[in-house]
Amino acid sequence: MSVQYLGLNELNGSLVALDHVQGISNEEMVSIECKDGTTRNGRVVYLEADKAMVQVFEGSSGLSLTNTKTRFLGHPMELACSKEMLGRTFNGAGRPIDGAGEVYADKFLDINGSPINPVSRRYPRNCITTGISAIDGLNSLIRGQKLPIFSGSGLPHDKLAAQIVRQAKLAGDDEQAFGVVFGAMGVKHDVAEYFKRSFEETGVMERVVMFVNLANDPIIERTLTPLCALTAAEYLAFEHNMHILVILTDMTSYCEALREFSSSKGEIPGRKGYPGYLYSNLATIYERAGMIEGASGSVTQIPILTMPNDDITHPVPDLTGYITEGQIVLDRSLDANGIYPPIGVLSSLSRLMKDGIGEGLTRKDHQDVANQLFACYAAVQDARSLASVIGEDELSDMDKQYLKFGDLFEHVFIGQGFKRRSINQTLNLGWALLSQLPIEALDRLDPALIKENYHPTQGKRIIELEENGGQ
Amino acid sequence: MSDTIYSINGPVVTVANTRSFSMMEMVFVGEKELMGEVISMTDEKTVIQVYESTTGLKVGEPVKGSGTLLSAQLGPGMLRNIFDGIERPLREIEAKQGAFIQAGEHIDALDGEKKWDVTVTVKVGDMVEGGTVFATTPETSLIVHKCMVPPNIKGKVIRVADDGAYSVNASIITIEDDDGQHIDLTMAQRWPIRAPRPVKQRKALSIPLITGQRVVDTLFPIAKGGAAAIPGGFGAGKTMMQHQLAKWCDADIIVYVGCGERGNEMTQVLEEFSELIDPKSGKPLLDRTVLIANTSNMPVAAREASIYTGVAIAEYYRDMGYHVAMMADSTSRWAEALREISGRLEEMPAEEGFPAYLPSRIAQFYERAGYVETLNGNEASVTLIGAVSPAGGDFSEPVTQNTKRFVRCFWALDKSLAYARHYPSVNWNQSYSEYKDDLNRWFRKNVAADFISVRDTLSRILHEENELNEIVKLIGADVLPEDQKLTLEIAKLIRVGFLQQNAFHAEDTYVPLEKQYKMAKLILYLQNQCKPLIAKHIPVSLIAATGIFDKLVKIKYEIKNSEIAKLDDYNRLIDEALASVH
Repeated sequence: MSVQYLGLNELNGSLVALDHVQGISNEEMVSIECKDGTTRNGRVVYLEADKAMVQVFEGSSGLSLTNTKTRFLGHPMELACSKEMLGRTFNGAGRPIDGAGEVYADKFLDINGSPINPVSRRYPRNCITTGISAIDGLNSLIRGQKLPIFSGSGLPHDKLAAQIVRQAKLAGDDEQAFGVVFGAMGVKHDVAEYFKRSFEETGVMERVVMFVNLANDPIIERTLTPLCALTAAEYLAFEHNMHILVILTDMTSYCEALREFSSSKGEIPGRKGYPGYLYSNLATIYERAGMIEGASGSVTQIPILTMPNDDITHPVPDLTGYITEGQIVLDRSLDANGIYPPIGVLSSLSRLMKDGIGEGLTRKDHQDVANQLFACYAAVQDARSLASVIGEDELSDMDKQYLKFGDLFEHVFIGQGFKRRSINQTLNLGWALLSQLPIEALDRLDPALIKENYHPTQGKRIIELEENGGQ
Repeated sequence: MSDTIYSINGPVVTVANTRSFSMMEMVFVGEKELMGEVISMTDEKTVIQVYESTTGLKVGEPVKGSGTLLSAQLGPGMLRNIFDGIERPLREIEAKQGAFIQAGEHIDALDGEKKWDVTVTVKVGDMVEGGTVFATTPETSLIVHKCMVPPNIKGKVIRVADDGAYSVNASIITIEDDDGQHIDLTMAQRWPIRAPRPVKQRKALSIPLITGQRVVDTLFPIAKGGAAAIPGGFGAGKTMMQHQLAKWCDADIIVYVGCGERGNEMTQVLEEFSELIDPKSGKPLLDRTVLIANTSNMPVAAREASIYTGVAIAEYYRDMGYHVAMMADSTSRWAEALREISGRLEEMPAEEGFPAYLPSRIAQFYERAGYVETLNGNEASVTLIGAVSPAGGDFSEPVTQNTKRFVRCFWALDKSLAYARHYPSVNWNQSYSEYKDDLNRWFRKNVAADFISVRDTLSRILHEENELNEIVKLIGADVLPEDQKLTLEIAKLIRVGFLQQNAFHAEDTYVPLEKQYKMAKLILYLQNQCKPLIAKHIPVSLIAATGIFDKLVKIKYEIKNSEIAKLDDYNRLIDEALASVH
């Protein structure tokens, strides 16, 4: 039986201090029994001589200096893991909230995880077909990758994430080995409901583990949510060899929770008030994706974050972009034009794409088509900005062709709606669009490749087919 | 009385009321003996930064000193290997702990079991001093490892071992120093990572580091022994460029430090470098490479140390007489590690929360680059190439600005070029190399007498394009006079046909200087030949219609590096194409 300490010595925000404690270890879990019989959980964050500073997950409101009994549990924060987690819903700190009782634990795992040894990583090479052209064709998602969606308020990032879950499932080689871990941090109740409903409709609910911290739940729990979600994901992927897709939304809320907590501790702030260690902290989350030697499972992460004021240089998207392997950026002007999914392909990037596509993986000409589409679409932007100054009529013939290409590309290629396209369909459509440009515009392609695939009339037919099918 | 932990705050641990440690001493913290370093001392408090996770550490656990500064073990077996920030071999850690790294593991950097084939090169009675090579062993198929007398030791050889197979810890020779002390020398030695290794003298920089990247070699060359920075926002291609330089530059040894970056990237380097064959030697690139991986989720204090571990290893190989290039990706993460630790120490922050000593630390690091005469009289160099990841892609932030002051070569990566998939996305208007003038002589002598004027012409055309674009943005390209339109076309040709380089294309990933020069020459030839036509009022669009511009763009793919002579045919093609225009 461990010692109970009566009362507290200091209370400040979510931090409480206890004096005259012995044998406490750093990051140890703490349980605080309140006067009304409820217990709160906390974690040791600072130790000095016989004084311990404890972060209380549920906040300190209602606690007083005298009405509590505190116990130190002797181990760091752990999550009870077992395969039974699938289909269950937990709160941000990993406690079941679906009324189905505790999980019978197969293993208790430290939620902080441990860094994967770089030599034990297997380099991700297997493309996940999402059925979305703008992703598969131009910014391929690879199994074991961390590819965030940079979005803004009001943009359909939730729809997109749900669509990826729905369609990526079909491409899985082994139905049994597929699972989703969903971590919601500070999201609105209806957003969490939307995901739940869409998982149920797709029939994947029994393969989903949900960790939900709603917008009005305690912020300390919010800082634990992704850790719990990833611990569950690692357990399922590396102990049970499942392919786990982790969706974390919204990382901006997570970072704000971190900021709130940091400032209550009186730490020196970095950019925009976020703590100086935000990069390292985000890295410990995002780096928990990948594949390792000795296990056939994988953890693929799709974190979603909303860019405050659509500003990609804001610290949260900025630091995220430095850690993740690319990003999918949603574009407000595409959205305003009714294009779904509104993926801004030029600012999006998948760093692992080059190694996950090509002969034997997707198709031999994949990289070439993608490069050329990027280059031509970049030229479209130049033509557009020129047109906005001197008027469309004054443009050169070439620039006019580019404008036409740009519209087709956005409406047909990107704006595919909720359909699913195979890689072949995506690439053929890419060639069809490129064939609408004069042959000189294709400066990134091997002449032999152009000869084989450049068919303006046939291309037109494919495009028309797509346009009609899309309506 | 033994020393014990007084407080714990993240990676920072303090010990109260002790005088048993010295500044920067390596210490072992807690029951698990986590590795740490003393970073500040007062009468009451000694502050230690711990290189491993402090979860589970308790107040009152013992802290033991090691009596030495934080140092690297240097000797054969570093090449082909991969270490963490404090030089622990990651493969051995994997063998012991599995795929996830746990705290408190002590493994020597060098394998003590492995036997090396040693040839002793001194004999009894020889006088030796710091830097003298006393034995050699083939470390990899490419590199002969020269075992040197540590810099601060001097004396007479009184015993030598026979040639044969020895482990790194076996005594190879014994020397007697001036005080009559006997010192056993093994193949391995230790060196404190934060101190530069001594050299006989520094020399002027006059030889370029050839990288095979056109934008670097031709426009912004770097000297062997120089320092360069690659700043760029995320997705601008910093890592890709570091990889390209590590693969193709003509250094003898590459030290690649992944400092606070992605785990998968290090896996990729490891895989790629074992498969890739060095074109000059026909051996795997890994045979000349030392990798240091302290990924972003590994302990932050070890990230701070990783840069120094890397440069200590680089200097050690330099002392053998090799040209070493070290890539650090990314120095911003290192600076952030400084900031994080400084914050925990509650130091007064300067700009953006970075400590006030940031500029001096950056300067100390880059000053370890240099072209030198080593203690044993060889010429050798350490070239430092650091990536910088400015927050928000904004180059005015402190790390970029301070780095700019201490490097003389600045390859600014541009996000808008990267968006248009123009790689390498080195922005020709923002980048510069102050080494240009130092290297002119070498280029004139080894490439072509007019190499410098060709380069300057290329820069001038790009600069003119930049100015013309200001006008084009306002009124469109159509209203420009024909000679300016020609400048735009030629500039486009330089951008697409010359500066853009495809790292995934077998021929284009590395381009020898001769081909670079001839390609540039052809572009300028085309411009010169067009000028008389323009003077005769023939529009540029007619010339472009011959397809000659497109033909020149594709040279990079169509002419193999082994068939550079074929480039001479293009002069004729240009003449013919232009002759057909009336």
